[in-house]
Amino acid sequence: MDKCIIDINNVTVRFNIASEQINNLKEYFVKFIKHELMFKEFFALKDVTFRVNKGESWGIIGTNGSGKSTLLKVISGIFKPYKGSINTYGSIAPLIELGAGFDGDLTATENIFLNGAVLGHSKKFMIDHFDEIVDFAELNDFLEMPIKNYSSGMAARLGFAIATVVRPDILICDEVLSVGDYAFQQKCEKRMKDMRDNGTTLLYVSHSMDSVLEVCDHALWLDKGTVKMIGDAKTVCNEYINIMKA
Amino acid sequence: MKIWIDRINAFFKYRDLLIQLVTRDIKLKYRRSFLGYLWSILNPLMIMGIMVLVFSNMFRFNIENYPVYLIVGQSCFNFFTESTNQAIWSITGNAALLKKTYVPKYIFTLSKVTSSCVNLLFSLGAMFIVFIFCEVTFTLKYLFIPIILVQLYLFSLGVGLFLSATNVFFRDIQYIYGALTTAWMYVTPIFYPLEQLPDNIQWIIKHLNPLYFYIEQFRGIVLNNQFPTMFILYGGIVASTLALFIGSYIFIKHKDNFILYI
Repeated sequence: MDKCIIDINNVTVRFNIASEQINNLKEYFVKFIKHELMFKEFFALKDVTFRVNKGESWGIIGTNGSGKSTLLKVISGIFKPYKGSINTYGSIAPLIELGAGFDGDLTATENIFLNGAVLGHSKKFMIDHFDEIVDFAELNDFLEMPIKNYSSGMAARLGFAIATVVRPDILICDEVLSVGDYAFQQKCEKRMKDMRDNGTTLLYVSHSMDSVLEVCDHALWLDKGTVKMIGDAKTVCNEYINIMKA
Repeated sequence: MKIWIDRINAFFKYRDLLIQLVTRDIKLKYRRSFLGYLWSILNPLMIMGIMVLVFSNMFRFNIENYPVYLIVGQSCFNFFTESTNQAIWSITGNAALLKKTYVPKYIFTLSKVTSSCVNLLFSLGAMFIVFIFCEVTFTLKYLFIPIILVQLYLFSLGVGLFLSATNVFFRDIQYIYGALTTAWMYVTPIFYPLEQLPDNIQWIIKHLNPLYFYIEQFRGIVLNNQFPTMFILYGGIVASTLALFIGSYIFIKHKDNFILYI
């Protein structure tokens, strides 16, 4: 069980916040000629190093804007790091926003296939697993309705069902469950645990310490882009709660 | 070398996404319209009908088989403008998705150009109706038409990649391009005969306007039953290769920075 599955070495992510937003040509040339193309550098992640072994489940905690989502996005390949390296071994299912690829004008059925394709599944795979997805989302009666008429909770159900239909090697979950109702949240948590028990590595962002403690065995605490603490979930969460109370 | 193998593998992994995106575009285009897909054929026919009326009565160009001349030029040019105008938005318009999941970004540009190409294939239906109506003789030379369409498709794809990448950084591109296509329409002999223009402008169009190459190849086969001359054929191939090369070069070079600007 000690096989390394995510290896993150000194990762730094840099954003250029332009001191003013420049996205038209005239301004660009004027500034360019005047040598006023100034960028404020902003490091969303600074020198983050950690490694995750296969089968572990990690909670990532921290205040708003501490770089949690950025870290997940770097791992799923949406951002390229400015410095450092990231190696992941195995398939990744990112749940950064449920139903990010939904098209409001298409019906749920059509969206299931579209979203599946966005996640890189073949059409055949989606046909085989169609019933499973619909059953899990409990949306049998609304399949021919355009998604724009769905409530955010319903869309989230569908998104979660599609994203977790595979058994990925790595599941990345970014506070996505907060919109579902209680029963569905429980169902999702159960599915995540099942996947974890079947050997899926889990990265889980949440502001609820209870659910982090419930799901995860390790935790990483980020503060303003740097790693504040790494360790087992219980110690890190307790420390975090203590600091936040103080 | 390895990076290209990875890219090809990634393309195969996401080919179903490409198909899904293209079918979505086509499905949504005519959803809730009464005649549905029939519009793909009716629309070019109606526009051609109006232009034929206008230009054969008001301006009186002396062109043999004017409806055929017009619909060939019009369909090719429309494909080019439609596909590139859609492509400009293909990256910025999918910002929400690109920020949340990893998807090869060019898929969106490719899908827009491809769905326009499907529309072009529909309008070939309209063209053939006009051909039959105008008693054009069909010959084996028509088998050359797909080769012309491939050139046109690759040219549009190259321009589309270039535009979608640059529009991420400078949103002015869309307005500049809007004006540019209008100019381009007038320097392409779509509804007027090339011979009407002064010699020096004629020379420029004949040698430097890629769209002229494609339209002229097409017209040569349909109207004169002639294979294209070596010059416009090679001109067309060189233009599409060059556009594709420059477009993908710019796109690949900057694709990792898109995320910071969308």
